[in-house]
Amino acid sequence: MEKAIDKTQEQLELWCSAPGIEFVSKEAEEAYKKRTRRIADAIQLKKPDRVPFVPMWEYFYARYSNVSCYDVVYDTEIARRATRKTITELEPDAYQAPIFFGVGPLLDALDLKELRWPGHGIDLNMGHQFVEEEYMKADEYDALINDPSDFMLRKYLPRVCGNLKAFETLSPLRNLFAYFTIYPNLFAFGTPEGMEATRKLLEGGQASLNYLTFLASFDKEMHALGFPCWHGALAEAPFDGISDTLRGTRGMVLDIYRQPEAVKEACEKFVRIFLDMAIATAKINGVPIIFMPLHKGTAPSRDGKGGLLSPKQFEEFYWPTLKKVMLGLIDNGLIPNLLIEGDYTSRLEIIKDVPKGKCIYHFENVDIHKAKKILGDRVCFRGSVPIRLLTLGTPQEVRDYCKELIDVLGEGGGFIMDASMASEDAKPENMRAMIEFTREYGVYR
Amino acid sequence: MAEELVKAMADLKEAEALRIVKGRLDKDDDPMKILDDSRSAMEIVGKRFADGEYFIPDLIYSGEILKQISEMVKPKLEGAAEVKRLGKVVLGTVAGDIHDIGLNIVDFMLDVNGFEVYNLGVDVPAQKFVEKIKESGAPIVGLSGFLTLAFDSMKATIDAFKTAGLRDGVKIMIGGGVIDEEIRKYTGADAYGQDAMAAVQLAKEWVEPNKNPRQRAS
Repeated sequence: MEKAIDKTQEQLELWCSAPGIEFVSKEAEEAYKKRTRRIADAIQLKKPDRVPFVPMWEYFYARYSNVSCYDVVYDTEIARRATRKTITELEPDAYQAPIFFGVGPLLDALDLKELRWPGHGIDLNMGHQFVEEEYMKADEYDALINDPSDFMLRKYLPRVCGNLKAFETLSPLRNLFAYFTIYPNLFAFGTPEGMEATRKLLEGGQASLNYLTFLASFDKEMHALGFPCWHGALAEAPFDGISDTLRGTRGMVLDIYRQPEAVKEACEKFVRIFLDMAIATAKINGVPIIFMPLHKGTAPSRDGKGGLLSPKQFEEFYWPTLKKVMLGLIDNGLIPNLLIEGDYTSRLEIIKDVPKGKCIYHFENVDIHKAKKILGDRVCFRGSVPIRLLTLGTPQEVRDYCKELIDVLGEGGGFIMDASMASEDAKPENMRAMIEFTREYGVYR
Repeated sequence: MAEELVKAMADLKEAEALRIVKGRLDKDDDPMKILDDSRSAMEIVGKRFADGEYFIPDLIYSGEILKQISEMVKPKLEGAAEVKRLGKVVLGTVAGDIHDIGLNIVDFMLDVNGFEVYNLGVDVPAQKFVEKIKESGAPIVGLSGFLTLAFDSMKATIDAFKTAGLRDGVKIMIGGGVIDEEIRKYTGADAYGQDAMAAVQLAKEWVEPNKNPRQRAS
């Protein structure tokens, strides 16, 4: 019998071999391969040469480089310089792609309502923030489930994009199945409002292409210098996908009581959607790590009290389809990197149910001793220096905290150092303390 | 009949609770009594939440049931006998931050527990808090924030209270996202609360210090 191929290992080996990258020097190539190897070992619960450091920097790139958040959101050249400066000076083992930069022109073209961003309802020196609304109504589950693309085009987009409002008058595209149904069903593109919306869509399309071109050329530049990109693709827990951007927290909660089956069916529907999207994107990016930010299954406290879902609701509505997405990614050799907001200490036994050495769990808050005991032989940990410490603390406090993390979570391998979440307001000296300490103390002997 | 409604509401039986209310209104039961029963039910919900038996969805759902009952009862209320309120609270998410999920849950729980709440919404400039405190004479202020930028924004807001000479006259509680006891010290607030029931507990202590001796979970 042939030995089953470990697809995770296969994908990580491919990543480590740096296919197609033209390095600027032999040293850069060695550095790149050393870094990816370090991370690949940590993910597969082996002992790397030392604890890798992979920071979720987001707007820290701007802060560190003394440019405004507005500048990096609107100007890809400033974004490129700021991000490059931060990465080349602080030398992380992998960098987070600047996926929130360069999107200003796109946001303007669409007049996106779902976000406020620097210069548009937000201070020039602060990052974007999300505006939660019921962009989908309680009685629209059938429409969403029966034809998600149609729902996005004719309901969701017109509601979240001020400039695409006219698309609510479009006929469903599924009606365009024969010449005689094409005749009458394109009219909405021809009205003055429809033409204007279409023009804005083209403008948005151009901006989207510029954004992707910026990211791709930036990755190429960083790869050549020896820095691996961390970002393969994004996926979500289906419950979050629907709750965050469609129904809102309040709406989704009421649905759990009033139409639980519709919630479950919609979550099931989104498993395939998120999987297909992540698998295709990761392939283009050539990075097997999938970022999965978790929101609505969280609890604020160690014992789970006050949770956004009860333990029972978490097991019934949240975890089953999240697990399906994770297992689907793993089946394709991809590695779910969960960013787990809040405190999941009370949920550790539930989220333990995943195959060994194929996931990264990035906790914002957790009892690290319990986490290591329950999950230590399952998943690679990432995190979790509190951003409070990085923002307001001293370098010594940061070092002390890092030591505890390395001693407990890092014992025997399977650990990646980072802040507890996006560290955009961190003091540079604290960030340096975290990096330098990890480099020295994080060495495995 | 009173127990029936209290139990249905506290157990989050929406249809049953609404049916009972309709029945009582049809029989010309005193609408004020219905509201009193609803309030008793909400107290049980709050207690179950504090005890860890109920969670955020249960709070939100109970609020939804209460809202419907209030709407059914309202037309029958003559001259709306003013409910006696425990005290006034000014609430808001501090400048720069637009998150409001936690804010609105705190607003609601304070309201059903007998406080008169002035919810200023999100991204509230310090000056707007100052004006509202002056205008309302509220002795309690709740500052909400989800992002790290809220650390400095809360501090600046509280500093503005000092400048306006209001600091000694108000008790300030903070909460939300990344807020904790360390941030309380940094901002100079009087207390940090982890959830909506902690806010209710704090507010009760502050308006009636003798009736509600401090019961700290940790």
